[in-house]
Amino acid sequence: METILIALGGGLLQAFEPLNLTMIIIGCIVGLFVGALPGLGSVNGVAILLPITFLVPPTAAIMFLAAVYYGAMYGGAISSITLGIPGASTAVATVFDGRPLAQKGKADVALTAAAIASFIGGTISVVLFTLFAPPLAEFALRFGPTEEFALMLLAFATFIGLGGDDIPKTIFSILIGLVLATVGLDIISGKPRLIFGDVTGFLHGVNFLVLAIGIYGIGEMLWTIEQTRGEVVVHKVTTSWKSFVANVKTVREYIMTTTLGSILGYFVGTLPAAGATPASLMAYGLAKTFSKDPDSFGKGNVSGVAAPEAANNAASTGSMLPMITLGIPGSPTTAILLGGMIIWGLRPGPLLFTEHPDFVWGLIGSLYVANFFTLILNLAFIPLFVRVLTIPFTILAPCIFVLCVVGGFAPTQTMHDVWLMLLFGIVGYLLRKLNYPVAPAVLAIVLGPLAERSFRQTLLGSQGDPMVFVQSPISAICIALAIMLVSYPLVSRVLKARKAAD
Amino acid sequence: MTVRTAELLMAIATILMSMGLMWKSTELHITWVPEKGPGSGFWPFWLSTGLLLASLWTLARWFLKQTPESRSLEPYLPREAIYVVGVSVGAIFFLLVSIHIIGIYLGLLFFMLFYVKFVGRHSWPLTLSLTFGVPIFIFCLFEWALTIPLPKAMTEEWFYPIYDLIY
Repeated sequence: METILIALGGGLLQAFEPLNLTMIIIGCIVGLFVGALPGLGSVNGVAILLPITFLVPPTAAIMFLAAVYYGAMYGGAISSITLGIPGASTAVATVFDGRPLAQKGKADVALTAAAIASFIGGTISVVLFTLFAPPLAEFALRFGPTEEFALMLLAFATFIGLGGDDIPKTIFSILIGLVLATVGLDIISGKPRLIFGDVTGFLHGVNFLVLAIGIYGIGEMLWTIEQTRGEVVVHKVTTSWKSFVANVKTVREYIMTTTLGSILGYFVGTLPAAGATPASLMAYGLAKTFSKDPDSFGKGNVSGVAAPEAANNAASTGSMLPMITLGIPGSPTTAILLGGMIIWGLRPGPLLFTEHPDFVWGLIGSLYVANFFTLILNLAFIPLFVRVLTIPFTILAPCIFVLCVVGGFAPTQTMHDVWLMLLFGIVGYLLRKLNYPVAPAVLAIVLGPLAERSFRQTLLGSQGDPMVFVQSPISAICIALAIMLVSYPLVSRVLKARKAAD
Repeated sequence: MTVRTAELLMAIATILMSMGLMWKSTELHITWVPEKGPGSGFWPFWLSTGLLLASLWTLARWFLKQTPESRSLEPYLPREAIYVVGVSVGAIFFLLVSIHIIGIYLGLLFFMLFYVKFVGRHSWPLTLSLTFGVPIFIFCLFEWALTIPLPKAMTEEWFYPIYDLIY
């Protein structure tokens, strides 16, 4: 415990270094805007902004992106409450009671509750993260390529078992991400693979950012343009110091549901397929179940805003736990962060704690700092954020498209990648309209090279004997869990059908 | 085109793509190579096989009308969507083409002018500030701060005096 506190102290000091602190504050502000704008969430923000972070050292860059992630979780509530449109899918549950509160003229009550609950969720989850990360990383040091591969299999299985999407379409999404990761030079033999039409641009592979920006920048923007063609009505928010103090005092009403939502959100967030959206919906359900007045939910109950907001913030921190300790991202946003770490020359996984403790503890320290600053900035600038929501889409969309084009060019500096990004954006949009989940593809393209390497290393070591995957206890457990997760939707469907027949 | 037809066409397209990927993978070793382990084509081949199976599964579900999309007779791309999405895709397409010919900065200028003035119908002062402001911002951020040169095609020479100033 003492070592954790010393390391955390070092991390906090690092977060307060002038450059890092500036990046955290800018990240919080950008994140709040990104989260507040309908159609843009943490994943879009992080994907589009990652190329810009090459300007600063990796530690400052990850702090900035983590702050964007954090800020976006706070910001999502602003549009959920004032527009009735979730800023991101993670803030869907906030609309249920946030919108009715705004319609009653209590938007300030909802916004303050959302900010305070997000802060509580963030704080609880960061403390849990600090406590769980070092022992988990130490345990993960025992992992060899066999266990690594089994763990990745488990991560993909969670999408099939818990994602709640169409199963064959989810499998398709995972596999297409893995196939795209194989394009380019083979990591072991160095031979060129899947070079379509002998186009030399494919030799350097398909950069994960090209797919991520294509899907989450261009594809998502096209989706939002189509969905929000109509006029949006922004609810007025009137704030004063007196009403702010009165709103803060109501925290007692929702402290219990917020705490429960935070803990639930953290653990749900650690699962790759789950993340902030299901966490916030589950926390909402939990708050309603344990409420003395469940009928008031959906009509403007403050707890209905606080619980999901606490959960989505806690889940965002939770999703960083497997990324930092195991090298397995817990959400699409952390998948992009993980890809960024690889670009910066860091190998995510348990060794990060021993090889780059400054980086890890700096990031953990920055989460505490970002949580605090996001609360302050959020409360102080609520009217400004609400004003931003009135920016017409015909101004916002071209600016985002420009950032996507330039962001797609920057990592490899070839126009080939920009064209590919446009293609991914259009195909991603068309697939999304047919209910194909796109998040697994982004996760898969990041994990693809690592999965292939560990798979081939394992088979090479065992001379082609696949039984090696079940001979290691950790690997066997992971594979058994993966099989259970994959069969879960089928089993539950059969059980439901049998129940209905009875 | 209805959503139902779109799902069928997409399933067929993904089946063809998977088969193409499988065929492409066979250009390399897809079996065990003695002392080297699985061949270079092994991993992509079996992943593509998985893609094919997943696509066939979707096709089967379409025939059995098990997916909500296979039962939906709503238009896949409503008329208004085709216009608004088509204009955006078309504008980005021409931006990319123009980058090859007149370079990114002139391309951005025309792109912003088209989108803000002709799609958004905003005022001239706002249009002009964004038309010139966005390329200048991109130049300062990428070329100056990040020192990442962006493609300028035939306009490259115009930037020499600016390079002398900033580098």
